[in-house]
Formats: sequence, structure tokens, C-alpha cells
Amino acid sequence: MVALRDAVVLVGGFPLLSGVNLELSPRSLNVVTGANGAGKTSLLRLLGGLVTLTSGTGVVSGVDLRGDLRELRRRVGWLGHEGSFYDDLSASENLVFAAKALARPTADVPSVLERVGLSARTSTPARQLSAGQRRRLGLAWLLLRRPELWLLDEPYASLDDDGRTFFDQLIGDVVADGATVVVSAHDPLRSSALAPRTITLAGGLVVSDRS
Amino acid sequence: MIRVALLVAAKDLRIERRSRVLLWQVLPFGVMALVLSGLALGPTHAGHSSAGPGLFYLVMLLVALLMINRSQVIEGSPGTRASVATLGLDPAGVFLGKALALAVELWLTGLVLLGGSVLVLHTALVGTLSALPSVVVTLAALAGAGTLYGALSGGGQGPATLLPVLALPAFAPLLIAGERSFSAALHGGALWQWWLISLVALVAYLGVGILLYGVLEES
Repeated sequence: MVALRDAVVLVGGFPLLSGVNLELSPRSLNVVTGANGAGKTSLLRLLGGLVTLTSGTGVVSGVDLRGDLRELRRRVGWLGHEGSFYDDLSASENLVFAAKALARPTADVPSVLERVGLSARTSTPARQLSAGQRRRLGLAWLLLRRPELWLLDEPYASLDDDGRTFFDQLIGDVVADGATVVVSAHDPLRSSALAPRTITLAGGLVVSDRS
Repeated sequence: MIRVALLVAAKDLRIERRSRVLLWQVLPFGVMALVLSGLALGPTHAGHSSAGPGLFYLVMLLVALLMINRSQVIEGSPGTRASVATLGLDPAGVFLGKALALAVELWLTGLVLLGGSVLVLHTALVGTLSALPSVVVTLAALAGAGTLYGALSGGGQGPATLLPVLALPAFAPLLIAGERSFSAALHGGALWQWWLISLVALVAYLGVGILLYGVLEES
């Protein structure tokens, strides 16, 4: 699913990733941990084709990172910690937009909102949702898309216990359904049942990798 | 491309209808700027009439800069940009959609300000109405150029002050053509020649935008 060799990402001359070597299997759950500035988000952005590879090689979901990044982006789903949708649109309108953009049936939207527990908030503008509800809406966006590779950038930030448990369950379901999930987090996942592979970054390099 | 364009335009217009930024912020600003222009000229009707087209387009320029910035800010949050990028939308369609939505907003604003020109700047009603086709085309060209330069100036992530500096040289020919066309409609002259210039500019900006918007977004 993912193969990086000496992957370096420079932005403005500053190295965000300094030579990452990494292979991720399909249908796996992977947690990327590390201190602030270690390169967690940059690694996820590289895997999503959202930053360009400066040197080294990389293949994600069968797409060369030096090739058509637009093609790669169609295969990945991104959930950022800062919110990943249009704040002035309602939860339902955001998902209808995504469904239409992907030429998917909009009839799936109510069931997806129900699955993430937002049935009562379908017409609420995204900016009026709580932090936890916004994460759930981001997940609904991804459930609607059903990408091969899920990139979740610090999804546990500002979540309460119920929210974290819900997230863990849903991630487990997604991996069981065949997707590959990469989660960036400050701490290892709380749920031991998920048994993820944990990759630790420091200074833009992989310093620890344990399953 | 057309499907994506219509989808993006509908989304932008829905966001505008929901946020009411155009209605409660931009439009009142435009009306106030027009009224102040009229006050600055004094009570002489003849002077108002000859300066009317220029002042109309000057106010439209200010309004357009606000709306272009607003159009880009909608996509400006890093999370939104990343999520939308993973939808794999055709950039040419995104450009056309954003330009279409901006054109609709400029047309609505232009209609109100044309009415204001008749009332405040005393432009002749018949002449103002006959200038409508050229105003429509000029504002559409402004929307196309504005969407392109909005992306060039950082797409809602760069400083808002960069847009006027970058865009004004591109907007100047459009504003001159629009003003000349409006003046010709009011006082007689080569209306269609200036209208054609606006039309050519519209086609050129749309063509460049379709080709380059993806590159600008990537950069």
C-alpha cells in the first residue's frame, strides 16, 4: 500500500521529512506518534499527495509520488484536526457536495450521518457543531468516499471519552472492511483491541517502529 | 468540467446565501461608496452624468476586490483545502464554477449599483439600460480575471493586501473598456467596439484560467 525510500520533503528549504523509510501493508492500522514538529502531519500529507516529494522515492496505493498526485488524492481520504469541510454549509449539504463531486448517489448521505451519530444535526451549519461533532462529520465525509487509504491527522484532539471510543470502533470497522488507516497522534491508541503498528517520528525521521 | 463547474458555483452561491456577506456587508459598502462619490461631485447634474460611468466602475472595482477575496477565503482553511483536494475535482471546472458564482454576485451588485447611479449620479435611465449588455460582459470578465488572480495571490491563504496590487494591472483594461462602453451608451459613440474588447478579454481570461488554475492551486 505504501513504500517510501529515503523520502525527503523540503518546504522553503526547511526539512519536514529528512529521509523516511517506511512500508505499510494493505488492511492495516498504523499510528504515527511523535512530539510537535516531529513530522507526523507532513508524513500524512506526503502520503495523501498534498505535498511534493523533494528527493527519494515513494509509491502510495499504486501511484508514484513523483507522478500524478491528483490521481493519488482520489484514492485517499483526509481528516484534518482543523476541520475539513465548508463551515457555512450544513452537515447534510457538505456531504451532498462531496457525493456529487464523486458522482456518488446522494441517497447514501442520511445513512452515513446516522452511522456517525449526526442524524439530529443534518441541517446544522458545520460551524455550529461541537469539536466532537465536527470530527464525526469529517468521518462521515470519509465514509461516503470509502477511500483505500484513510489519513487521520490527530483525530483524537478535543474528543471526550465517548468520542474516542466511537472513533476507535469505527477505525476498527474500516480496517476490517479492507481499508488502510494511518492515524497521527501524540499518544498510542487507547484501545488495545485494535493492536496497531506504532511508528514514532523525531526530527522528520522514523526512530521507532513496532507492531 | 461543466458538471464540476455547476457544482462548485452552486456551492459557492449557497454559502453566500447562507452567510449573507454580500447582502449585509459588501452591498451596503458599495452603496455607501457610490453615495459618497455623488456627494464628492456636488450638486451639478451634468458633472455627475459624465463622471457616472467611471465612478460606477470604480465602486465595482472596490466591491469586486472584496468579493474575490471572500470567494477565495471560502476554500482557505488548510483542512478544507486538503479534503476538497482529495475529491479530485477537475481544476478547470473549479475555476469556471468559482468564476460563475463570482460573476452572479457581481451582476447582482452591479444591478443595484446601476440603479444607484441613476438615482445618485443622475445617469440617464435609457442610456444606463442600454449599457447593460456591456456591464454584464465586463463584470463577467472581471469575475474570470478575479478568480485567476485570487488564486495567484494565495487562494485565501496569502495576505489579502496582495490581491489589489497583482490584479489592478489586469483589471485596468477591463475597467477602461467598461467605462468607455457605458459612456458611449449614455452620450453616443463606439459602444460595440468597447463591448467587443470586454468580450475578448472575457474569453481570454476564461481560457487562461481553464489552462492554469490547476497549476496555481498546486503552487
